[in-house]
Parts: sequence; structure tokens; C-alpha cells
Amino acid sequence: MDILNALVAILNFVVIPAAAYGAQLALGALGVTLIYGILRFSNFAHGDTMAFGAALVILITWGLQSIGVGLGPLPTALLALPVGIALTAVFILGTDRAVYRFYRSKRSAPIILVMASVGVMFIMNGLTRLVIGVDEIRFDDGARFLISVQQFRAWTGLSEGLSLRVSQALTLVVTALACWALFRFLNRSRAGKAMRAYSDNEDLALLSGIDPERVVRLTWIIATALAVTAGTLYGLDKSFKVFNYFQILLPIFAAAIVGGLGNPLGAVAGGFIVAFSEVAVTYPWRKIATYLGFEPQGLLQLLSTEYKFAVSFVILIVVLLFRPTGLFRGKSV
Amino acid sequence: MSNTRQAEAVSPWRAPVLFLILAALFLAEGSFRNALFSGSWNTALAILNMGLISAVMALGVNMQWGYAGLFNAGVVGFLALGGLAPVLVSTAPVQGAWAAGGPRLILALLVGLGTLALAAQVWRRVPGLLRVPSLIAVLVVGFVLYRWLFDPAVMAIEANNSARAGNIGGLGWPVLLSWPVGALFAAAAAWGIGKVALGLRSDYLAIATLGIGEIIVAVMRNEEWLSRGVKNVSGIPRPVPYELNLQNDPDFVARAAEWGLSPAVASGIWVKLLYAGLFGAVLLALILLAELALKSPWGRMMRAIRDNETAAEAMGKDVTRRHLQIFVIGSAVIGLAGAMMVTLDGLLSPNSFNPLRYTFLIWVMVIVGGSGNNWGAALGAILIWFLWIKAEVWGPEFMRLVTGPMPAGALRDHLLGSAPHMRFIALGVVLLLVLRFAPRGLVPEK
Repeated sequence: MDILNALVAILNFVVIPAAAYGAQLALGALGVTLIYGILRFSNFAHGDTMAFGAALVILITWGLQSIGVGLGPLPTALLALPVGIALTAVFILGTDRAVYRFYRSKRSAPIILVMASVGVMFIMNGLTRLVIGVDEIRFDDGARFLISVQQFRAWTGLSEGLSLRVSQALTLVVTALACWALFRFLNRSRAGKAMRAYSDNEDLALLSGIDPERVVRLTWIIATALAVTAGTLYGLDKSFKVFNYFQILLPIFAAAIVGGLGNPLGAVAGGFIVAFSEVAVTYPWRKIATYLGFEPQGLLQLLSTEYKFAVSFVILIVVLLFRPTGLFRGKSV
Repeated sequence: MSNTRQAEAVSPWRAPVLFLILAALFLAEGSFRNALFSGSWNTALAILNMGLISAVMALGVNMQWGYAGLFNAGVVGFLALGGLAPVLVSTAPVQGAWAAGGPRLILALLVGLGTLALAAQVWRRVPGLLRVPSLIAVLVVGFVLYRWLFDPAVMAIEANNSARAGNIGGLGWPVLLSWPVGALFAAAAAWGIGKVALGLRSDYLAIATLGIGEIIVAVMRNEEWLSRGVKNVSGIPRPVPYELNLQNDPDFVARAAEWGLSPAVASGIWVKLLYAGLFGAVLLALILLAELALKSPWGRMMRAIRDNETAAEAMGKDVTRRHLQIFVIGSAVIGLAGAMMVTLDGLLSPNSFNPLRYTFLIWVMVIVGGSGNNWGAALGAILIWFLWIKAEVWGPEFMRLVTGPMPAGALRDHLLGSAPHMRFIALGVVLLLVLRFAPRGLVPEK
């Protein structure tokens, strides 16, 4: 019985939160890695793209709620998401035209593009603050729990409860769908193949008649769609706060590098690796140790939660030290 | 990068004229009182002092970016680390803190560092299959030992008079001594991070420094034994006299009266002038050293590496080592600026270290001023700092002007209320415009 309780506690406090967080990181890292693969720079504005998109989604959600449109048990934000993606994509394509295209045509060093993305980050950050403010916003409506603690206890008779929030389940489902669609697109469709060819070898792709501007546009649109989805899911799961999206940039970069920059499959794996280590290292294991018959003195917490970013940093350092191209062999320029 | 640096001749008068304009701005701030300027010399000098410190930060960033093309996205961390030095070196010792857990704490930190060093040795020396298990064993044993030593020591120190102290305290040495110590702290951190991230792709350094910056600030915010966390450390000693002592000094009051100033205003101005002299001296000394270094064979080598790494490497230059060198030096300068800033404030407030303000604003200063040119970086720093402070006043005024014709209502109130956020947008736009249309900045590199 106690082993069952311990398992349920692990599932409830470690596996489910880490899986949801990992899925959000994976979506973010996919965007970073795609942009890196095609445009060949690390996009510092990605976190603020997520924030900007999520802010638009929140505004549309409020609009829908005020005219009484909803999705029943599911959050209304899901309905607003496609519109948010479309608007953000238009904005991002605008930044590409106004900012990045110039440096691309000049074949500037990647670090110049990184600097430019910092400028874009500032603008998007300011716009997000302007539009929605800096306060914490909760916008998850509909049902809160798929399985609540009381229900679970009543069903199983265990003393330890398990809860699965709608936002967590939704995150996993949406991420799975998005990944499936993305990999299908990259592997099967003509445009996806063109993208991969361009990423592998730019000059060869140009010679075989692939339109580079089209590939770049497509990349921005896909990366934006992933980013806005990730931002919205993150906001639904935790809550929306502009500064959090700047901070999430580090775990996202860590995830993309762990998987190998430019490698989409690696980005997904990296997201989950980072999320699971972050949660496992900052979770106090005392409860589970007690269930297993130990009498621990302290909390058995390896690091306090304030240092969760240190975990992604350490993973990043370890990968850079031992395998700079990432676990799945990304690009090294 | 080589594409954006066409060597066009620039008028030699450009820098002096720009510095004159800057001086005129400060004179206007001090003497005119209207919608744009405050008319207070105290305010003008306060902006100038922080501007001088920003100039030192910008010099550090300029060494990394302008000389070597390294993107340091964790300026805020090195700054915070430098700011820790005045606290640890020059605040008064805390009664009983050392006895409560000092030696044990030092031992814990030594064990932590020793574990990492040992792990590195194990990785290098142990061959074959035993390598990974022994590495993991060393790390696990070291970590357990470290926590066993560290936790009780921290608990004891934080319990010691926690309302007023609760930290390890300082050594009580003169505060000027803490400035080079701050530089040393930042240099040590930079060496560690540079050792890992340099020599790989250029944006890895950016991402790694972004991480170390956030972690250093998180440590300062949470380790109360070190920096009192959110409780702040105040009462850091000053290298200049206190205003109150000046106001009680009859000589000073008499001299203030000669100038026709009240003792309160005069003492404020005098203290700030002393600070400005101090910071100005440091800044000039650094610029002199940096210029000498840049003109030496070493500086030419640095620029050669920046402009064409492959060619420099073919000539037998160790690019990674040189990059590490300049990265450490630049970070040390940033650390020095951090120590100066905390000394000026007399307060270490870990919560105030915001990456947007202390990393990316400094970057804009360097890019606008002219990357690769020390005078340009200093000019850009003081100018952008002046504008950043004044934007706080000008932004809402501007918004009121723009929204004037709009009907009163929720939208107008919202826009007026969010005027402070416009600073970020303006900063981003300035950065993008300079990067695009004047990539060499206001005072280009010679």
C-alpha cells in the first residue's frame, strides 16, 4: 500500500507537472531550433514572441467571454489560439521584413542577427507590457480538473491523492498533435522537404530551385505558431506574467542545445530532459522516502525552487563540455 | 561583422562636439526649470554619477564586444557579483556571525570547489569504463558532504540577530579596497564560464552568460547569509563625507553661504561632486589603459582576431585563449562598476538587478556610442543614461500630448498609465535603427 502511495505521489508531484512543463518547453525549443536550422541564429526574442502571442490570445479570450462564447469544459483560449497565432505571425513576418532580411541578404555574422533579435525582444516586450500590463493574469476558464484529489481518493481508497488539471492534459494532447503534424509536414510534404534541404545545405538547396524567401517565411510562421501555442499553454497551466516569459528563455535554449540545435526531434527530447531534471531536483522527496519506510531528517530537496533555472544551466554546461553538438547531433557552425 | 565595418574617414571633431552637446544637456538639466529639465544641480549630478558608472560598464562590454566580438548576455550577473564586494569587504563585521558558523561555511565552500576540481581530475585521469561511475561517485559524495557542512552553518548564521543582521557581515576594511575585489569576483566567474563556453559557436557564449547572469542574481536574492536577500544590505560605508556631517560643520556652512546656497543643497552637491571626481578618475584611467592596450601589438592582434578568426588562427594565434583573456578582463571592469554602483547607493538590493535594465541597456549604450571605440562607449553610456532617466519624465508628457485629442475614457487612461513601458519600445527601436543604419555608432572606431 505504501509503495502504491509513493508511486501516486511521484506521479502527482513529479511526473505530471514535469510532463506538462516539458511539453511546453518542447514546443518552445522546437521553434528556437527551427529558426536556428533555417536562419542560423539563436532568437532571443522567442520568449517574448510567446508572451506577445499569449497576450493577444488573452485579449481575444476576454472578447469571446464578453459575448458569451465558450467551449464548455475546455478553456475558451483554445478558440482564441488560431486567431492569436495568425496575428502574431503577421507581426513576426513584419519584423523579418523590416529587420532580419537586411542582415540575411548581407550574410552578416550570426551574432549580429542575435543582437537584432535582442532589439526585437525589447520592442515585443514593451508592446506586451503596453497591451496587457505587468500583472499576473489567470485566464483558464471551463472545468479545472479532469481528476481531482477527492475523486481519486474515493476511487482508489489510497491516502495519497492525485490530480490532473485540464490545462495539463490539454498541454500534453496539444503538444502531441503539434509534434505529429510538424514531423509529418517536415518528412512528407514538399515544403517541409524544401525546409530540411535548405537547413542541410543552403547553396545546394538554392541550386535545386528552392525559393529561400519562401522557406524563411514558412519557418517564421511555423515557429510562431509553436511559440504562441507554447506561450498560451504555459499561461493556462501556471499563469500569465510577462517577466516569466523572459526567464523561460534559458530552459528553452538549454532544451534546444541539449537536443542539438537545428534538430527538431532533439528539441522535443531536450524539453522533457530539462523539465524532468528541473522538477526532480527541486522536489522535496521527504514524503516519498517516508512512504518507503525511511525516516529522513531534512526535506530531501536537492535545490530550493528558486534555483530551478540553475538546473537547466548545469545541464547546458554539461552538454557543452562533453557533447557541444547536443545529444542528437545538431549543427555546429 | 567585417561587412559592417567600412573604414570611412570620420571628422576628428566628431567626438569632441558630441561630448560638448552632452555637457550642454547636463548644464541645461542643472540650470533651467521647465517641462523638459528639472533645474536642480543635485539631480543633474546624480544622473552624471550613475552615467559615469554606466560608462565603466560600457567600457567592459565594449572590450568584449568591440575588441573581440563576444556577446555577453549576463552583464547583470557580473555587475551583481561586483556589487557583493563592498558588502563582504567593507561593511562592519556582524557580531557573533563568524562564531555561529563562519569556519564551517568556509569549509563547506572549499569542499564544494574541491569536489568540482577533483571531478575534473577524475575525468582526465581515470581511464576506460571506471571513468563515469567514479565521476558520479565523487560528485555525489562531495555534494552530500557539502550540504552536511553548509546547511547547519547557514542556519546558524541566519538565526543570528535575524531582524537586523542574519548575514555573515564584512571585514570592515576601507570601501575603496572593495572595488578591485569586486573586479576580481567578476573575473573569477567569467573565467569559469569562459572556459566552458568559449571556443564553441558564438551564440553559445550568449546563452551561457544569460544563464550565469540569472543564477548569480538568484543566489544574491536567496542566500540571506551572504547578501541578506530581499532584506537588502544598507549602511555600506562611503569614501566621501556624509551630508549631515557637512551641514553640522560651521566652516562648510559659511562657505556655502558665500556661494549663496543653503547648507542642505550645498552638501548634496559637494558630496556628488566628490563622487563624480572619483568615478571620473576611474573612468579616465580605464580609458587610458584601454587605449594603450588597443594600440599595442596585443590590441592589434585582438582586432585581427575579431575581424577574421580563421586568418588569425592561421597566423598561429590561439583564438580561444585570447577570447578568454578579453572576456575575463571585460567582466572584471563590469564587476568594478558593480562595486562602484553599490558604493554610490550605499545599499545592496538584490531585487533591483533586472536584466533588461543592467544587461541590455548597457548593450544599447555600447552600440549607440560606437562599438570598438572606448570614447564612443563612454559617450553612449552617459547619453543613453541621461535619456533613459529623462524618458521617465518625458514619456508621460509625450503621451499626454499624443492622447490629448482623444476622448477621455478607459483607453486613454490605459495608454497614459502604461507610458513607462514605452521606454522598452524606444530602446528596442534605437538599437535596431543604429544597428541597421549606423552600425559603427556615434563615434566610430578608428
